[in-house]
Amino acid sequence: MSNLVIMPLLVPLVTAVLLIFFHKRLRAQRILGAVSALINIAVALGLVLHVRGNGIATLQLGGWAPPQGIVFVADMFAALLVLTTAIVGACCLFFAFFTIGEPRERHYFYPFFHFLLVGVIGSFLTGDIFNLFVCFEVMLIASYALIVLGGTKRQLRESIKYLLINIVSSALFVTAVAYLYGTLGTLNMADLSMRVAEAGQDGLLTLLSVLLLLVFGLKAGLLLFFWLPGSYSAPPPAVAAVFAGLLTKVGVYAIIRVFTLIFYHDQAVTHVLIGVLAAITMSAGVIGAIAYRDVHRILIYNIVAAVGFMAFGLAVASREALEGATFYLLHDMLVKALLFLLGGALIAGAGTSRLAEMGGLIRRFPLLGWLLLVAALALVGVPPTSGFVGKLLIVQGGLAEGWYWITGISLASSLLMLYSMMKLFMAAFWGEEPLHRPPSASRVPTGVYWPIGALTVLVLALGVGAQWAMPYVAMAADALTDPQIYIDAVMKE
Amino acid sequence: MEVLLCIAAGMLFTVGTYLILAKSLLRIALGTSLISHGVHLLLLTMAGVKRGAPPLLGEEAQAYTDPLPQALILTSIVISFGVTSFFFVLAYRAYKELGTDDMEQLRGQGDE
Amino acid sequence: MKTNDVILQSAAKLVVFVILTFSAYLFLSGHHEPGGGFIGGLMSAAALVLLALAYDLDTIRSVLPVNYRIVTATGLLLAILTGAGSFLFDRPFLSHAFDYFTLPLLGKTELATAVLFDLGVYLAVVGVTMTIILSIGEDR
Repeated sequence: MSNLVIMPLLVPLVTAVLLIFFHKRLRAQRILGAVSALINIAVALGLVLHVRGNGIATLQLGGWAPPQGIVFVADMFAALLVLTTAIVGACCLFFAFFTIGEPRERHYFYPFFHFLLVGVIGSFLTGDIFNLFVCFEVMLIASYALIVLGGTKRQLRESIKYLLINIVSSALFVTAVAYLYGTLGTLNMADLSMRVAEAGQDGLLTLLSVLLLLVFGLKAGLLLFFWLPGSYSAPPPAVAAVFAGLLTKVGVYAIIRVFTLIFYHDQAVTHVLIGVLAAITMSAGVIGAIAYRDVHRILIYNIVAAVGFMAFGLAVASREALEGATFYLLHDMLVKALLFLLGGALIAGAGTSRLAEMGGLIRRFPLLGWLLLVAALALVGVPPTSGFVGKLLIVQGGLAEGWYWITGISLASSLLMLYSMMKLFMAAFWGEEPLHRPPSASRVPTGVYWPIGALTVLVLALGVGAQWAMPYVAMAADALTDPQIYIDAVMKE
Repeated sequence: MEVLLCIAAGMLFTVGTYLILAKSLLRIALGTSLISHGVHLLLLTMAGVKRGAPPLLGEEAQAYTDPLPQALILTSIVISFGVTSFFFVLAYRAYKELGTDDMEQLRGQGDE
Repeated sequence: MKTNDVILQSAAKLVVFVILTFSAYLFLSGHHEPGGGFIGGLMSAAALVLLALAYDLDTIRSVLPVNYRIVTATGLLLAILTGAGSFLFDRPFLSHAFDYFTLPLLGKTELATAVLFDLGVYLAVVGVTMTIILSIGEDR
């Protein structure tokens, strides 16, 4: 028992509630939010170190033992994701201080932001499927509010679609939960894993796992990403960055968790299916990223492509590939948030999101340009950056397990990702400035460089210090490859 | 009893799906709430409709009803209540702001 | 058009108190019998909605000058802090405790920390429901 497990969730939760009391005093809200975000990074770091020292930490809420009670589990995989979430959340929050604007702040922007973090962190830490659903919903409801906050026409239009897609997928999620409970009689993930292993994964259970894959695939944008470009381009950059960095990754986390812990028996069906979906997602993502000449769209289709990459790592399911997927997931959360913050600053500076109307911005924003270049290289996985290690491991794993086709597709899509980012960089920063600068072009507040800089440093440090980060990732992969470790940790007390 | 409940859940799903595919926002919102009712009914049915005493201390009974599905359904109902009411407010705001409740016209331009 | 709702208004005046009393009963009985903060909160909110239906929102606001968002936040905070109170005794989050006390008038009574949590739920439910209904209702 360790109450530390639930602390990363409680800190933003208490903050969110307290912020409601201060909703008229914006300055107090900012200070409180910033302090809480920093505290949460420390708490999450403490959790990672605790898990490193003592193995998987569990907390039985109210002292009720699983499988009846609710249990929160922090294995290394979850703990690392929580830490990354806390970091990304803090950076986006600091970015929001400079860009979000007073009307949104007054309409409970900060409380919703912290509620979103609660949902995301809860999804990572929870040990049973139903609480996963509840945490998903906390996250989604906060995201509905964040996406529509401000109420421009475009936001209203896009949030209706976002809301509808998510309501349907939540309904399917509860359906899957109902079937799971009907067939297996439990919802605790460790217990589910034990019972599936005992009863054997027959056709019915495989079908159920595919239903869950569908639900999580909708959230993650695995194949079912058609809702993503519209809804992620509507909200302001700080919100879009949180969405890009965290929301889809929660779906990816859920897919990885379910298919490594519970439904890992029938890999010929499920994992091949995931592999095929991953290949289609990667291809479609990069095609979108190449085709559009719009900053939002290019970045958003790069999210889609990256989701395919992680799913490919899971599909291979060898130890190496899972290490790669974990590493890539951590990297992707950081770099996607970074790219969206940069993209937001770029669009604010240029006054438009269309590449055709940009050009020569390197004169006005030299720092922004070079940071964007670094982030683009990191996204693609050029060696000293953090993307390289993850991709290398996934590709090595894929080749070792004989997934030649999809490995080929993933390498090709990496190249095309590079092309799409270079296209963005060159069109925006090189060349001549357009004759008529769009009237909405403005200065970029210098404060935004702090969170952007912090994320860039982290992305580089994760790449250069991969040697140092690897033991943690390896420990996460241990529990992913051997479900017994997870089960023992949950059921021991 | 289970069969009846299954049929009812299936009908709710059918009607809900039909409504979601409609053009008008109001129908879509109603469709989503019907689907979530169907889901809750399904959850109740899948967990088994048992006849037993309430699972409380002091009830000396042979059989107890499983309390877990009820807790799940209650949670799920609360969530869908919140989401549905949010959807209605959003649909109303969108209708006032955009002047239409036709999904065809809410499609958005391809170039933005 | 002005409608005549004398019957509704005079009935509401009486019925609201009956509903509120019943909701308090439901809330308190929740520890051992069906009931609890959630249902009690919904019932109280129903009483307030009935008032809002019988009169109009401005009247309700002048009679009950409550910011329901703050009510929600208070409820959530109370629930979380009750849960976190178990940290002080080195117990898992949300552990609860109870004991029997002899109180004046009531005699031997069971007091449980779960009631505090439930009170938080009650406030949160009243706050959320009223926020939703008022924000839908006031815009026309």
